[in-house]
Amino acid sequence: MSEETYTLQGGGRAAQKLKGSPSGDDGYRGVWVFIEQVEGRAAPVSWELLGAGRELADSLEVELAGVILGSGVENLSDEAFAYGADVVYLADHPLLRDYRTLLYAKVLINLVRKYRPEVLLMGATSLGRDLAGVVATSLETGLTADCTELKIDTEKRLLEQTRPAFGGNVMATILCPKRRPQMATVRPRVFPLPPRRSGRKGRLIAESFELKEEEARVRILETIKEKGRSLYLDQAEVIVAGGRGVGSKENFELLKELAETIGGTLGASRAAVEAGWVPPEYQVGQTGTIVRPKVYFAIGISGAIQHLVGMQNSDIIVAINKDPEAPIFRIATYGIVGDLLEIVPALTSEFRRRLSRSTSEGISNA
Amino acid sequence: MHFVVCVKQVPDTTEVRVDPVTKTLVREGVPSIINPYDAHAVEEAVRLKERYGGKVTAISMGPPQAEEVLRRALAIGADRAILLTDRTFAGSDTLATSYILAQAIRRLDREEPVTLVLCGKQAIDGDTGQVGPGIATRLGFTPLTYVLAVEEIDIEAGEIKVQRKLEDARQVVCGKLPALLTVVKEINELRYAALPDLVRAARTRPERWTAADLEVDPGRTGLKGSPTSVRRIFAPPQRPGGEMIPGGTEDPARAASLLVDKLLKTKLIADL
Amino acid sequence: MLKFEVVIVGAGPAGLAAAYTLAKAGVEVAVFERGDHPGAKNLMGGVLYRQPTEEVLPGFYREAPLERPVVEQRLWILTEDDALTLGYRSRAFAGEPYNAFTVFRSRFDRWFGQKVVEAGALLITETVVEDLLWENGRVVGVRTGRPQGDVRAEAVILAEGVNSLLTQKAGLKKGGLQTHELAVAVKEVLALPKEKIEDRFGLEEGQGCTIELLGEATLGMMGVGFIYTNKDTLSVGVGVLLSHLVRRRLNPNDVLEHLKNHPSVRKFLAGAQPKEYLAHLIPEGGFRSIPKLYGPGLLVAGDAAMLVNGIHREGSNLALISGKLAAETLLEVRTRGGYHEKNLSRYREKLEKSFVLQDLRKYQNTSLFFNENPQFFTLYPRLLSLAAREFLTVDSVPKREKQRKIWQIITSHRSRWKLAQDLFRLWRVLG
Ligand SMILES: Cc1cc2nc3c(=O)[nH]c(=O)nc-3n(C[C@H](O)[C@H](O)[C@H](O)COP(=O)(O)OP(=O)(O)OC[C@H]3O[C@@H](n4cnc5c(N)ncnc54)[C@H](O)[C@@H]3O)c2cc1C
Ligand SMILES: Cc1cc2nc3c(=O)[nH]c(=O)nc-3n(C[C@H](O)[C@H](O)[C@H](O)COP(=O)(O)OP(=O)(O)OC[C@H]3O[C@@H](n4cnc5c(N)ncnc54)[C@H](O)[C@@H]3O)c2cc1C
Ligand SMILES: Nc1ncnc2c1ncn2[C@@H]1O[C@H](COP(=O)(O)O)[C@@H](O)[C@H]1O
Repeated sequence: MSEETYTLQGGGRAAQKLKGSPSGDDGYRGVWVFIEQVEGRAAPVSWELLGAGRELADSLEVELAGVILGSGVENLSDEAFAYGADVVYLADHPLLRDYRTLLYAKVLINLVRKYRPEVLLMGATSLGRDLAGVVATSLETGLTADCTELKIDTEKRLLEQTRPAFGGNVMATILCPKRRPQMATVRPRVFPLPPRRSGRKGRLIAESFELKEEEARVRILETIKEKGRSLYLDQAEVIVAGGRGVGSKENFELLKELAETIGGTLGASRAAVEAGWVPPEYQVGQTGTIVRPKVYFAIGISGAIQHLVGMQNSDIIVAINKDPEAPIFRIATYGIVGDLLEIVPALTSEFRRRLSRSTSEGISNA
Repeated sequence: MHFVVCVKQVPDTTEVRVDPVTKTLVREGVPSIINPYDAHAVEEAVRLKERYGGKVTAISMGPPQAEEVLRRALAIGADRAILLTDRTFAGSDTLATSYILAQAIRRLDREEPVTLVLCGKQAIDGDTGQVGPGIATRLGFTPLTYVLAVEEIDIEAGEIKVQRKLEDARQVVCGKLPALLTVVKEINELRYAALPDLVRAARTRPERWTAADLEVDPGRTGLKGSPTSVRRIFAPPQRPGGEMIPGGTEDPARAASLLVDKLLKTKLIADL
Repeated sequence: MLKFEVVIVGAGPAGLAAAYTLAKAGVEVAVFERGDHPGAKNLMGGVLYRQPTEEVLPGFYREAPLERPVVEQRLWILTEDDALTLGYRSRAFAGEPYNAFTVFRSRFDRWFGQKVVEAGALLITETVVEDLLWENGRVVGVRTGRPQGDVRAEAVILAEGVNSLLTQKAGLKKGGLQTHELAVAVKEVLALPKEKIEDRFGLEEGQGCTIELLGEATLGMMGVGFIYTNKDTLSVGVGVLLSHLVRRRLNPNDVLEHLKNHPSVRKFLAGAQPKEYLAHLIPEGGFRSIPKLYGPGLLVAGDAAMLVNGIHREGSNLALISGKLAAETLLEVRTRGGYHEKNLSRYREKLEKSFVLQDLRKYQNTSLFFNENPQFFTLYPRLLSLAAREFLTVDSVPKREKQRKIWQIITSHRSRWKLAQDLFRLWRVLG
């Protein structure tokens, strides 16, 4: 790759301005997804983004590419193809083994300068946000954080990036008309995981780089794993979430029982967390985890917008609330008005009865 | 050591909403507050000053009212406060904002070399978290995001050791100085400021720097310098409502049984 | 130690009015407020009167955050099923100089706080004054809850609101607060689009009205319910005498729920989304509950001095005026003899001359009177409504006969003698 050394100092680098027609037709082509990996395992959001990127690439009639940086991560390219990438750009280098902002940024910036994608998507994880901010600034291009919807205005060939703002109270659609690439981060679980077609093939473009340790400017001394409860929550298929209406720590046991009965995970609104009934890792919502389970029980949760943005993409939402006017009912697939202290135990025993019956039926059929 | 903290004034997001009729943002009467993460950034800078000596300068870009958040920074213990305010700054997105803030830090750096810049993890109005890394990039400072604890500053070695908060881990990192930290709330507890500090803050009028004071390129600030533009703003879409299951108050057991029927039919809840 | 000429405790209307007046006159003054900003702890979503406010802040309504000018005041007397309604509306109230506005105090006070700062006062928020500092029998400053929190002052104005802990501590209010001197107010703010508000309440664009509700509105307890129209919200609440609540073992919340579900009220609130819920005390003991208003180096103003007119629902105006008079007293005496107790007694004289104490003196017996005569909140509303229903039902009964029937109903519930007595007493305490 070019010897052009990329420097952070100065800040006066010329912007990637589009000359000529506003159609953006000056060589920036293609949709890229940054494939985030830690220790060789890709973050699921990367595949979700390939799903979203596929649609964008199709409307733009361009290729979809995955960008993989790391050390010994070539095997991830097959995964990327399986999830829909046409091309994979691979930068494999020992110094890229652990994520370090400046090294990753240097490589990604150089790849962008060389191959000129018109769209670059990354997960809004702590890694993705960290990297995106540096890359966008160096490229002097726009970056839209936490998008929940991505669409192409095919006429103008522009990416319409929709995201919540002001604590989720409003939505804004943001454009980046004059600079390229158009960069966006997307939070995990906003888009569904696309189907995986194993054996699907694509082009692999491996790039080699000269990297020096000093350029990293940081040394990672230690990584202390913490029990990733929240990670677990955003992978859960069934969530039983409780709010202020649950009333006490003791009453949360009722929800736990229901969750255990149906193989669900416990969740909570911020009010329940602030009351100290459940630890913060369980919080669903704007400032908690965004979840997308198949079934979400909202029990004694009123449905404040900050909570809704965290769970409204669930396939089925069940709301239990004693207030028929509670906003949660407006988005619920099924709603029951009543006292959760009566309904939740009834649900648990009903599920217990029915689920065990189906099991015994299963056995007798065998 | 010279610590520079970037503080932003934000609307209290609990009170912002879209007018259901006009579909515009209602900001009238919405109180402004210091971005909560930034308060922790100031607190951390003051603690570092108390530990290592030096000086804390707080800067904010915003309209004249943003003075208020600088007063808060002073009350926490910042020594100096500067408001970057100019009509031409209005409408800046994160790219332009990081440019303006970086220009201001350059000037401060000329007066007294900057050891560390501290920002909040993100501003609660935009929730982007982009400005911090942006400033670091422009200044060539080491970006260290999501900092949970500052373990040590070693001026001799020109290094800072911090703990970073990742999704499922904490990472201990050593970075080259000068560096830029973005901090999470867990980094410290805000102090209860002493009365004389509060009084001093209330009496101080922060300095004001305009575009002219910063030697900024007008093409890179405000709307002109912002590559992103807002096409439209609207109320969050409502997911269509579904089905109410009757009898929850009169006969909870029956309502529960009806619900279980429906859920089991979807086959989304299965046996363990 | 920090030092100011005057320290004011509390940034409500009383404290801010005092600070504004003093700062304008060039006195070095500091206001301490425990809330995050002035008005942060205040729930008066209520009515602010134009004239008294202008005595402190001329022309305020051109820039202050106000909700709607009040063009109509209504009174509803409720029984379980019906409502007898009265009202007065005037075009004169719809334009300058206006009579009153609905306001959110949390916004108004915040704005007022800015004015006070612009006038030169120091406003220190999130700081609780915990005690007065005394030396040689006189007040010489305050102790705040902050580190290094003592402040010296030559005079202190207590404008701390109804809880009046410092006023009590200073020995100005002997025996503390009694349950019959306090009303509990609970209020909800409900969001409703502008157009709907104007539609439902029959208002022109931007105009507002207030509804006061009696009788069943408070389940027959001494007190009143209210609905105020704001820009795009309604303030709905009840205020009930604490002693009555205690006696009936009721929770103010339930009283409010009951009011909201009354058939005549419900439809006005339909579909409105709750935004906030607040509870607060109102000093309604009236004239007899007023503490000593001054001490050595010390003055008391506003709710802390129990200056609320419960009958007319006035409080903020008395607070503003008492704050202003307190400041004017200090201005007068600072050059003439200083802030000792004898000089400060002029504050009481000023209040006596103003409407503040004249009004409160006029109603000095009402509180006790209504407390001892609950029939005005229970029986009479019912009788009035029965009478109205009878009279308005068209059923071919001759009107004279109807009148007789009504009179019969009334006298069967209360003897003529009692009726006459009630009326006479009512006239005496209110007249
Ligand atoms: C910047 C910001 C970020 C935020 N982020 C989040 C976030 O990430 N996640 C989050 O959840 N919140 C968040 N919030 C808070 C959010 O605004 C709400 O305050 C919160 O979600 C309310 O929680 P809740 O629904 O449990 O409580 P409430 O709103 O108090 O609702 C309790 C519900 O329980 C019902 N109930 C009571 N008793 C019973 C009973 N016995 N049976 C049945 N129903 C009953 C009531 O009718 C009521 O509807 C955030 C707020 C802000 C300002
Ligand atoms: C529901 C309700 C409706 C009302 N409606 C009306 C109406 O429509 N019209 C009307 O005219 N009046 C009304 N009132 C009455 C009116 O609100 C009060 O009379 C008025 O606010 C009194 O002003 P104040 O300055 O004396 O006290 P407050 O407004 O109570 O101010 C006192 C301030 O002092 C602060 N404070 C207290 N102690 C300390 C301390 N130790 N250190 C530091 N700070 C301290 C408090 O935080 C507070 O901000 C209503 C009241 C209620 C509760
Ligand atoms: N206008 C501003 N003035 C000062 N600091 C800012 C401004 N905007 C953003 N910042 C800083 O950058 C951080 C991240 O902001 P954001 O990228 O907008 O989420 C904030 O926590 C502040 O420390």
